[in-house]
Amino acid sequence: MKWGVVSFPGSLDDRDALFALRDVLGQDAISLWHKDETLDGVECVVLPGGFSYGDYLRTGAIARFAPIMQSVARFAADGGLVIGICNGFQILCEAHLLPGALTRNRSLSFVCDWVTLRVDNSKTAFTRAARDGELLRLPIKHGEGLYVAPEDDLRAMEERGQVILRYVDESGRDSDESNPNGSMHAIAGVANERFNVFGLMPHPEHAVEPMLGGDDGLRLFRSIIESAS
Amino acid sequence: MIFQVKVFVTPKGGILDPQGRAVEHSLKSLGFAQVDGVRVGKFIALNVEAASGAEARQVVTRMCEQLLANTVIEDYRFEVGDG
Repeated sequence: MKWGVVSFPGSLDDRDALFALRDVLGQDAISLWHKDETLDGVECVVLPGGFSYGDYLRTGAIARFAPIMQSVARFAADGGLVIGICNGFQILCEAHLLPGALTRNRSLSFVCDWVTLRVDNSKTAFTRAARDGELLRLPIKHGEGLYVAPEDDLRAMEERGQVILRYVDESGRDSDESNPNGSMHAIAGVANERFNVFGLMPHPEHAVEPMLGGDDGLRLFRSIIESAS
Repeated sequence: MIFQVKVFVTPKGGILDPQGRAVEHSLKSLGFAQVDGVRVGKFIALNVEAASGAEARQVVTRMCEQLLANTVIEDYRFEVGDG
């Protein structure tokens, strides 16, 4: 499967995403530059983590207008698979390819930790290799991960199953203590209404080998590979 | 004509504002018990070239909608000075 990982000025995790896809999963993954205007025939676009354009104004607000984002928007409108991780999630929200927005953590502090996540919809292209209710361990590292959306929109998203991942404790229950950033409904990852665009704050590309502390991130990448084949 | 514009962006009512809450808490602990409803936002100053005040307001509205505010979570208002 052919993947494209976008690098913006200030992207940090593009190389880790390429490592996970090429070296660990043996995929054909190319690097895409923010000034590129074509996606070179990729089947899945990865918007990686980092601090694109220095997070100026709002996280993702400037990156959203990079030339490549027009191609990403067209690709998504045609049903192409797009996954945004951390800053990539923020960019997708700013681009209105995903609902809601990400703002300053409730604690006002940067969080860097491993979290437990519950898969709340395993019928998507991004989670089909997991089971409903399955728990995954992935790292997070962000200052602006508090997911917000108007209550009415959230209710509709919940009904449609767009909330894919939620922060939970080790027993799988979401509580105030297990919510690392104060996200509404403990949301860690959401999809669009067509389920071809997915954003999440945790980093699957950092959890692809036991040596890195865990390999649950592979579950998400393998789901995408299964969906494409 | 050049118009001096002041844009104010604030979190929408009902949207969590952790910064506003922290500032309010600090003000209260400094003894300002009368304070309430603190919201922390942004102030953006810019100059706009336009033929009239009405045109300047139109342009600035588009700037706010497209970039300066994220209208999912933020409200904006602006003042356009004399040209």
